[in-house]
Amino acid sequence: MSVSQSTFHTALLNPSEAVPEGLVDASAQPAGRRFSVYRNNVAVSLTEAMHQAFPVIAKLLGAQNMDGLSGIFLRQHPPTTPMMMFYGEAFPEFLAGMEQLSHLGYLPDVARLELALRRSYHAADSTPAPGDALAVDPEQVMRAKLEFAPSMQVVRSEWPIFSLWRFNTIDDAPKPQPGAEDVLVTRPEFDPAPHLLPAGGADWISKMQTGHTIGQAFESVSATTPEFDLGATLAPLLQGGVITSVTIERLAQ
Amino acid sequence: MLDHAIRSNRLPAAPGVGYKPQHFQQILDHAHPVAWLEIHAENYMGDGGRPLAQLRHLSEQFPVSVHGVGLSIGGEGPLDPDHLARLKHLVGWLNPASFSEHLAWSTHDSHFLNDLLPLPYTDATLARICEHIDQVQEVVGRQMLLENPSSYLAFEESTWSEPDFLREISRRTGCGLLLDVNNVFVSATNLDFSPQSYVDAYPLEKVGEIHLGGHDEDEDDHGRPLLIDSHGREVVDPVWALLDYVLERSGPKPVLIEWDTDVPDWPVLRAEADRAQAALDRIPA
Repeated sequence: MSVSQSTFHTALLNPSEAVPEGLVDASAQPAGRRFSVYRNNVAVSLTEAMHQAFPVIAKLLGAQNMDGLSGIFLRQHPPTTPMMMFYGEAFPEFLAGMEQLSHLGYLPDVARLELALRRSYHAADSTPAPGDALAVDPEQVMRAKLEFAPSMQVVRSEWPIFSLWRFNTIDDAPKPQPGAEDVLVTRPEFDPAPHLLPAGGADWISKMQTGHTIGQAFESVSATTPEFDLGATLAPLLQGGVITSVTIERLAQ
Repeated sequence: MLDHAIRSNRLPAAPGVGYKPQHFQQILDHAHPVAWLEIHAENYMGDGGRPLAQLRHLSEQFPVSVHGVGLSIGGEGPLDPDHLARLKHLVGWLNPASFSEHLAWSTHDSHFLNDLLPLPYTDATLARICEHIDQVQEVVGRQMLLENPSSYLAFEESTWSEPDFLREISRRTGCGLLLDVNNVFVSATNLDFSPQSYVDAYPLEKVGEIHLGGHDEDEDDHGRPLLIDSHGREVVDPVWALLDYVLERSGPKPVLIEWDTDVPDWPVLRAEADRAQAALDRIPA
């Protein structure tokens, strides 16, 4: 009796399925729990990958709950590439769909932040623009267009995800308070670092990414967010080496 | 069939270890660390950051072996062209001393299962694997080594012995072989054959690298020993003895210590490499 990989695969991911016929031990008897070694390897290695990928989610839920949730997730969303460092892209949506977790509405966005940190860690290297590239007169600054490092990430949330992340990763961090928080991830050298963005900061970065000048983006964001603080938004970008290129637009003649 | 003019294995016949990032500084600080390092290809397929920077740095000081764990060479479907392209890219810029993969499958219906799954040894499997290896060697542009698996069960439909199967793959494709001595011991225990007979039947002249690792002990439904290839502890004495048996017949080979789970401190891993050196030193002249 031949065993196709399709049969093997189905039985592997469904512990309630019978062990495929045609798999045997040394005495040509049915393989029985020998097949469980493969079931176990797959489940344990993917669960382990989820713990590594989402340490803050695991801490918020507790290790046992994370194991249980990973067991469901890995069967619904097995990896689609062998690059395990990017496994879990579907996890935020999965968390959002879990009814029994609906009282923890912030979980999906915390998972998005953890994904963003990992993407940043593996993103291409880049060289920051010279430190004095924006040390020009204010009128010229307003006409500057910027390019950002591939390792930069922005995660917006209606939840205090920065405070939640900090509270669960740093000793003596203040307790999270209710409120929306947008997070900027920079990677000065090799270690991604999250920063809290001021109101309007994420909108401003998004405008800059679509080719607006600093001035255009500032005006657009200020129209909807009057308290927008350009200096407080630029500071972590400059300190984190995120700005890789500055182009001062010429005035139309 | 691969053109033999293509660069092949350049690993020294000395001990190497599987590289773990937590050992980076100790490897660099050590006056005589190990002769060479092996990496898992898939961990270095990001676009940049620390993993690639560390690898670039280490590759200036050590011969590096690229060991793929995710190509699914035994898969019933076609090889994933994206993954093959990533391997080609990695091998292209790193120019490693060796490149190897497994006699196994791990991807089905675009699901990657993160384990090395077993194959029936039939003419149909043989033809498919040879086709895949031809493709890999052509795309990556060099000879690859193929590793024997650790087995927990067998396929009723198999018509080839594993050593004969590997010998035939090597003959048809020109690939070299990676002999995992722990896997031989694990499979021999689990499937009740003599590990020495396996080695006697194995084409040792094709071996470009040897693997050693630790395994766990469990039991099957009938209370018989079931060994699990876990790479989470020291190599056991009977496996060291089997290594001696291999080296007496094969002569000196590059010998790698694999330790992938519960990774120990550097001195523990280094001590295993010293033990491998002692085995190489024992080879009768």
